Amino acid sequence: MSFDVSKIRQEFPILSTRVGQKPLVYLDNAATTQKPRAVIDALESYYTETNANIHRGVHFLAEKATAAYEEARGVVGKFLNAARAEEIVFVRGTTEGINLVASSFGNKFIAEGDEVIISAMEHHANIVPWQLLCEEKGAHLKVIPADENGELEMDAFDQLLSDKTKMVSVVHASNALGTINPIKSIIDKSHAVGARVLIDGAQAVGHFPVDVQKLNCDFFVFSGHKLFGSTGVGAIYGRFDLLESMPPYQGGGDMINEVTFEKTTYKEPPGRFEAGTPNIAGVIGMARAIEYLENLDRALLLQHEEDLLHHATARLNEVEGIKIYGTSKNKVSLVAFTLEGSHPHDMATVLDADGIAIRAGHHCTQPLHSRYGITATARASFAFYNTREEIDILTESLKKIQLLFA
Amino acid sequence: MSDLLQLYQEIILRHNKNPRNYGRPGSFPHCASGHNPLCGDQVTVYWSVDGSCLSDIHFESQGCAISRASASIMTELLAGKTTEEASALYEEFSAALKNQGEEPSLGEGFGELVALSEVRKYPSRIKCATLAWQALLEGDF
Repeated sequence: MSFDVSKIRQEFPILSTRVGQKPLVYLDNAATTQKPRAVIDALESYYTETNANIHRGVHFLAEKATAAYEEARGVVGKFLNAARAEEIVFVRGTTEGINLVASSFGNKFIAEGDEVIISAMEHHANIVPWQLLCEEKGAHLKVIPADENGELEMDAFDQLLSDKTKMVSVVHASNALGTINPIKSIIDKSHAVGARVLIDGAQAVGHFPVDVQKLNCDFFVFSGHKLFGSTGVGAIYGRFDLLESMPPYQGGGDMINEVTFEKTTYKEPPGRFEAGTPNIAGVIGMARAIEYLENLDRALLLQHEEDLLHHATARLNEVEGIKIYGTSKNKVSLVAFTLEGSHPHDMATVLDADGIAIRAGHHCTQPLHSRYGITATARASFAFYNTREEIDILTESLKKIQLLFA
Repeated sequence: MSDLLQLYQEIILRHNKNPRNYGRPGSFPHCASGHNPLCGDQVTVYWSVDGSCLSDIHFESQGCAISRASASIMTELLAGKTTEEASALYEEFSAALKNQGEEPSLGEGFGELVALSEVRKYPSRIKCATLAWQALLEGDF
């Protein structure tokens, strides 16, 4: 079966947008992905047919909303191949997920003199929560360096690991370079010294299948909106015995067994970590996005994305003065680059006039940009609904920009 | 491209490519840095005060064409002006950029800065045009 991208595009209403006179060329998928009709319909039908608060009411709609919410937990659990649905905690997104683990796990299990290892290519969301924790506890933050190709220096990682290492938190696929890191090896090596591992999967799950049991990771975090779902929702996978050993993150309604002014007892995971009314519609929409994705042939999608990556790399290299950052052989489908004489923000503004949406800036990875001696890159990031023709439009527009600023 | 050619006028492209008064001078009584946390752009402005007037204004930046051109034009425009005059010019310039309604009227006294008034059509870029000005005027005199 061949891959019919035009048919796929029809399922994403926003892709037919025009920017002025030009058709939209949406190449900012690492920032957020667009939503298929199935997800948009699910959000609408939730509010027209199901809306109620969950886990509390005994009326018809409350039962229906609770069932849909918990059914979504099962869908996410299967998607990551978790051993049980209770290992899935719903959160607002990857950022909140990492903060939850840093705060809850960190407060209980990380003490003065302990070490937390992250990598040079982390998003600020996987740097700052650990910095805050280390400052509070008197623990130390260590960083796995990245080489010129944008790959982690695994020899240096080996040197950083010790019995002081309590947590290793690394990104599966870099949002700034595209590099897919050797996560399995990182997990195995970390476990060998008794450390726990969190994987930031924000840029991974939309591109390739993830099996948390096979990876044997302790925590895996992702956002729904980078997975064709809505914003403001995401999930943590946490091994059940670990979640059980962790204190609550926020206190409030729905996370308790019994409250008295003297003492409160908490629900078992995952309820313990879901205080207050969650993003019920978003959770259900995320489950529909996962089902949409899994009904497609993911191997074929990945093959198409790899074709886009190779085409983009070859075409962009035609433009005089282009330098691509992140040249690992193992990449998700995105290209970060600079163009001599033209700042990424100027590029983004001129490309926008041609209907092309890319991202310019430090992509919330300032330390990584400092590593390469730059303050900003332009980034074109692809999803399976993008086409070779869109990359050709980008290339021609970049050639005009090169002349304008030459 | 026609709208864009108004944004990236020849004056802006020229200042971007060959900025005036660029680089850190040998000595400078005053300096201040500006930083745009949204995009990571950085500018440092160096200057002296001669009597009550600004003089020897220089800058260094890592930023886009809009921010470089604005800083470059600023170093020429504000030399010889008092800080009060400079602040008044900045207030009017900043108000013109934030004015989403009628055409702004940056008239006499603004010189090449008029070329930057098109930035008002690109709200996300206004901070680029004002970064160096804010560094200088909110810096330590």
